[in-house]
Amino acid sequence: MARILGRLGAGIPLASLVALVALLALAPFAAVGAQDATPAGGEVAPYEAPENIGELEGTISSDGSSTVGPITQIVAEDFSEVAGNVDVTVDISGTGGGFERFCAGETDLQNASRPIGDDEIQACADAGVDFYQFPVALDGITIVVPEGNDFLTCISVEQLAAIWGPESTITNYNQLNPEFPDLAIDLYGPGSDSGTYDFFNEEILGEDAAGETVTPRQDYTPSEDDNVLVEGVSGSEGGFGYFGFAYFEENQDSLNAVAVAQSSDLSDCVQPSIETIADGTYAPLSRPLFVYVNAESLQRPEVQEFMRFYVAMAVELVTEVGFIDAPAEQYAADQEKLEAAIAGTATPDSQATPAA
Amino acid sequence: MSVIAGRREAGVGLRSGPQVRRREGVARLMHLLFLLVTSFAVIILGVLLVSILNDGLQGIDWSFITSRASRRPERAGLITALFGTLWIMALTALIAIPIGIGAAIYLEEYAPRNWWTKVLQTNIANLAGVPSVVYGLLGLGVFANTLGLGRTVITGALTMSLLVLPIIIIASQEAIRAVPLSLREAALALGGTPWQTARSHVLPAAMPGILTGTILALSRAIGETAPLLVAGASLYLTFNPGGIDSNYTVLPIQIYNWTSEAKQEFKDLAASGIVVLLAVLIAMNTVAIVLRQRFSRQARW
Repeated sequence: MARILGRLGAGIPLASLVALVALLALAPFAAVGAQDATPAGGEVAPYEAPENIGELEGTISSDGSSTVGPITQIVAEDFSEVAGNVDVTVDISGTGGGFERFCAGETDLQNASRPIGDDEIQACADAGVDFYQFPVALDGITIVVPEGNDFLTCISVEQLAAIWGPESTITNYNQLNPEFPDLAIDLYGPGSDSGTYDFFNEEILGEDAAGETVTPRQDYTPSEDDNVLVEGVSGSEGGFGYFGFAYFEENQDSLNAVAVAQSSDLSDCVQPSIETIADGTYAPLSRPLFVYVNAESLQRPEVQEFMRFYVAMAVELVTEVGFIDAPAEQYAADQEKLEAAIAGTATPDSQATPAA
Repeated sequence: MSVIAGRREAGVGLRSGPQVRRREGVARLMHLLFLLVTSFAVIILGVLLVSILNDGLQGIDWSFITSRASRRPERAGLITALFGTLWIMALTALIAIPIGIGAAIYLEEYAPRNWWTKVLQTNIANLAGVPSVVYGLLGLGVFANTLGLGRTVITGALTMSLLVLPIIIIASQEAIRAVPLSLREAALALGGTPWQTARSHVLPAAMPGILTGTILALSRAIGETAPLLVAGASLYLTFNPGGIDSNYTVLPIQIYNWTSEAKQEFKDLAASGIVVLLAVLIAMNTVAIVLRQRFSRQARW
């Protein structure tokens, strides 16, 4: 739990995290004023629609990750049932492509499957775009092989790095382990616009001397469409790939998930599952999924109401689209932060960033 | 076929000698080969249609047509995308057909035969071969960003217009060129201006051909995904596009979106979506064919 909370906080600047923790700690004693709606002690307040919700109007635009997009879609879908005059659009340009638009002030919300990067923070600052970050769900990047592959049941982070590294010479399973059959590895993975790609490389390959995330080998089959990866891996005897847990869950009959071990002697293999991702034991490939809100957009009543709806309903809706809900404390913290942001008493996450 | 058969009949008396027999043999072989090639295309089309209808037909009911997109497959429909497609196609037709026919009239009836016209002509032919995604990038850069139209229906329609214009121009030119010269000479001899000649004689006579080209061009546009994705169509909207400044999505994008979902139910929806797209396409073509028939009845020379 501590590990996953730490990870959830990874993208949030330290100062705001401290403020958040303080708020959380104070919550039981400070349930007054604007925060009346939020019960104390890490419980998610149920959504209560204001009476004038039918009168809210406007268009809320969002872009970003194809992983988080479905969550925002289902939230928008249900929101449009209570607030019929608010139009919501969800585009999917990938986390990176979405941040470009978000930091140009083109979109109100940004779906992100990784925290905002330093250069993106800079781009936002240059354009004068302030934002708040809300973790909304958890996902575990799942390593998959075809269903017929019964020898690769666990893989270490070190082995993953060896396979995907830029200089990798591993082309056959028997190079991983001499006991493995002589079978060529057929690699599949997301393309470079994907937040999944960024996150995987950051966790597995790490940074080079210049502080840039190492670029993986290029001789694999990339696709932004996870179904293409599913088809590719399941259709090739030596298939090997990675993508979000939701796609594995839907394709369990044609794919096997490989457990991941942090130690090189494979002594701590953990199979990805709802439980291991939620409690953070599936490491280092468990990750939080975020929604970023433009601070200026958050002045608009329809955006405020949409975000209130989002953080209150996330618990329920996230699981419906195949993701894993974050701990209740997280959503309660999101609610606190949102109310503070709406009331204007919170510092935008963009401001709390220490100058690079 | 009938010509070949007729020749064969006529040649009965000559049928003798090894050379003639070899020629006859080759002729029969080619006949068979062409039949095979034709049936190949038709069979592929048949298999596609049967498999799509098989997968998609049972998923189509009234609520599928009238519901919006949804993350819950049992509730999902494509009214939003259908609206988007109708908006885009109507606007594209409004923009591209007058410009396309106008350009064709200029090139065939007015333009002097010099190097400049040749440059124009070659460029139009080249444009017809440019990959559609390039038009999408152009649309995003010029219409959405530079002109500030944003990711709206009008940006999509302008982008699509650029995409289909070269095809419409070339097809219209062919049709205008096929009108006999004597028709123009007769009109001009009676004192008609070039515009009167074009409007009252050449265009009506060329209309069936022009319409055929336009149908083909618009049919191509209706199935395009890439340029609109690039030029800013949304993947998901909670509302139906209501004007030229509205965000939008179109049927092929909705279908593409469904095929990339993890759940099998969405893939079935994609098949149903394809059936609806085919129905819209056939409806559009039917209207155009009826129009063409009416024009061909009018034109007599």
